Amino acid sequence: MSTSTTPFVVSLGAATRDAFGIALRDLGHSEPRIVVVDGDVANSTRTEWFGQVFPDRFFNVGIAESNMVGVAAGLAASGKIPVVSSFAAFLLCNAYDQLRMSVAFPHLNVKVVGTHAGISIGEDGPSQMAIEDFALACSLPGFTVIVPADEAHAHAAVRAMIAHEGPVYLRLGRPKAPRVHEAGSTLEIGKAYQLRDGSDLTIVACGLMTAAALEAHDALAAKGIHARVLDFPTIRPLDVEALVRASRDTGHILVAEEHLAHGGLGSVVAMAVGSHHPCKLGYVNLGNRFAESGTPEALMETYGLTAPHVVEAAVKLVAK
Amino acid sequence: MVTRASAPHASDGGPDLVLLSSTARRLREDIIAMTTRAGSGHPSSSMSAIDILVALYKGGILNLDPSHPSAPDRDRFILSKGHAAPALYAVLAEHGVISHESLDTLRVIGSPLEGHPNMRRLAGVEASTGSLGQGLSIGLGHAFAGHLDGHGYRTYVMCGDGEMQEGQVWEAIMSAAHFNADNLTLIVDHNGAQQSNLLPRVIDYRPLAAKLRAFEWHVEEIDGHDMPAILKAFDSVRAVKGRPQAIVAHTVKGKGVSFVEADWAYHGKPLTASEQVRAFAELRGEPAPH
Repeated sequence: MSTSTTPFVVSLGAATRDAFGIALRDLGHSEPRIVVVDGDVANSTRTEWFGQVFPDRFFNVGIAESNMVGVAAGLAASGKIPVVSSFAAFLLCNAYDQLRMSVAFPHLNVKVVGTHAGISIGEDGPSQMAIEDFALACSLPGFTVIVPADEAHAHAAVRAMIAHEGPVYLRLGRPKAPRVHEAGSTLEIGKAYQLRDGSDLTIVACGLMTAAALEAHDALAAKGIHARVLDFPTIRPLDVEALVRASRDTGHILVAEEHLAHGGLGSVVAMAVGSHHPCKLGYVNLGNRFAESGTPEALMETYGLTAPHVVEAAVKLVAK
Repeated sequence: MVTRASAPHASDGGPDLVLLSSTARRLREDIIAMTTRAGSGHPSSSMSAIDILVALYKGGILNLDPSHPSAPDRDRFILSKGHAAPALYAVLAEHGVISHESLDTLRVIGSPLEGHPNMRRLAGVEASTGSLGQGLSIGLGHAFAGHLDGHGYRTYVMCGDGEMQEGQVWEAIMSAAHFNADNLTLIVDHNGAQQSNLLPRVIDYRPLAAKLRAFEWHVEEIDGHDMPAILKAFDSVRAVKGRPQAIVAHTVKGKGVSFVEADWAYHGKPLTASEQVRAFAELRGEPAPH
């Protein structure tokens, strides 16, 4: 487990959706079973890069998410590895019954890739922002749920997702993401990644909030508070062992995520910690509200999802 | 290649129509017996569909080797109207994919013969259905895969006519036509009744065939209880190139048992033990018991 002690400097890498688009296109050469089912947003989700190289294996079924998921289920049942991709909000919310009945219940090998997740998509506003997708995906029995924090892990996540037999939800973002993992890093499904060590509390984060947690780590260190930082690229299955160690070693766990309070990483961490090794818990998330239009930076600031918000919550938590 | 399932043939070489009709009559009894034993289920929705299923599986249409029901180049049949599961189970047993004895376990805990089809548990079930509207999209996915792999298999999907009120079905109809999915056939069991009332009193979208034609589908419209007409329609659709095909089969809910035919309220309602005795007598052409 690598744990850096050098200060975190924000260095923007590619958006996770861009890394996905490249990784998928590249994997298409070695894995001929991969096919893409698109809902007419391939230029946004980046599956068009796969489609340009493999036009016969690319199906744009139009603006029809329910049908899109059903078609993917049929392709999987006939031995393909369909990657069905759209904005996470439309894919999960519009086609939830199809994900439930046509994919999860028969446990088909469909890869569900939701892009433009979270409020960091910015100006397009709440109709396009998936803020409940962890809760929905985790409510599909048998689904693996992956949330890469950056470009390197997005590449790795695509490889892990395709290699994994069974349904997967992969959550991706629109904006460029700060680098938190080394280029070429691997991603093991079900494993947390320790990025910093500390003894006063553990910050558990995923997606863009992992970079915020690393920034917060340094700010907290200046205050004499030493935080362990764990990136959780897999929400299900959850790395319970890493949580138990964190609870035992640091006594406080703060969960940071770009998601509603209900049903996200905070919920599953609280259940695991409560069951195995209870400790004091804190949360940084969207609460119970929709966001609005604005720049990604203004939204993250207004809705409480920046490093200073993590610092503030951490200070409160360790004082408990 | 999987060998084509052998069809019963009359002396003239065509399918034995008398045998197919008597098989359908027998499977109606199976449908009634298994739902009455289970104490729940949808016998009337199964009886409207059974002649078509017998033609498909036993009339030499569906290329399905019962000993290899997962063969990659098999023809696929998806029962999108999953509540007609008793009809599917009856014909799978008749075809030898599942045992006839297993029909006794319909809806019993531990049995793979669930209230609605579960592909993870039962051989020969191509899709887990029961939430209406989803089967045609799944069928289109199979059709795409068959095309990619160069398999010549066909995919047949049966929807109920009430199910055609689901928007997803029309998404699939639109896209199948766009992709010229000529290896895909939709069968609509147009029995004219749904859960709460007759279809025209719920949402009357008729005429259905005209709407499917407007979506650039090839359409055959038949009496879904006329065995020669069913077989002819299947032959016709197989010859169509460049377009998906639909068979709009006008049927009668509860077909074969007069008191079920006469009352759409039998939807989702098994016959009682005494009603089963009356129904069997009628199906067998025997005098009604007193």
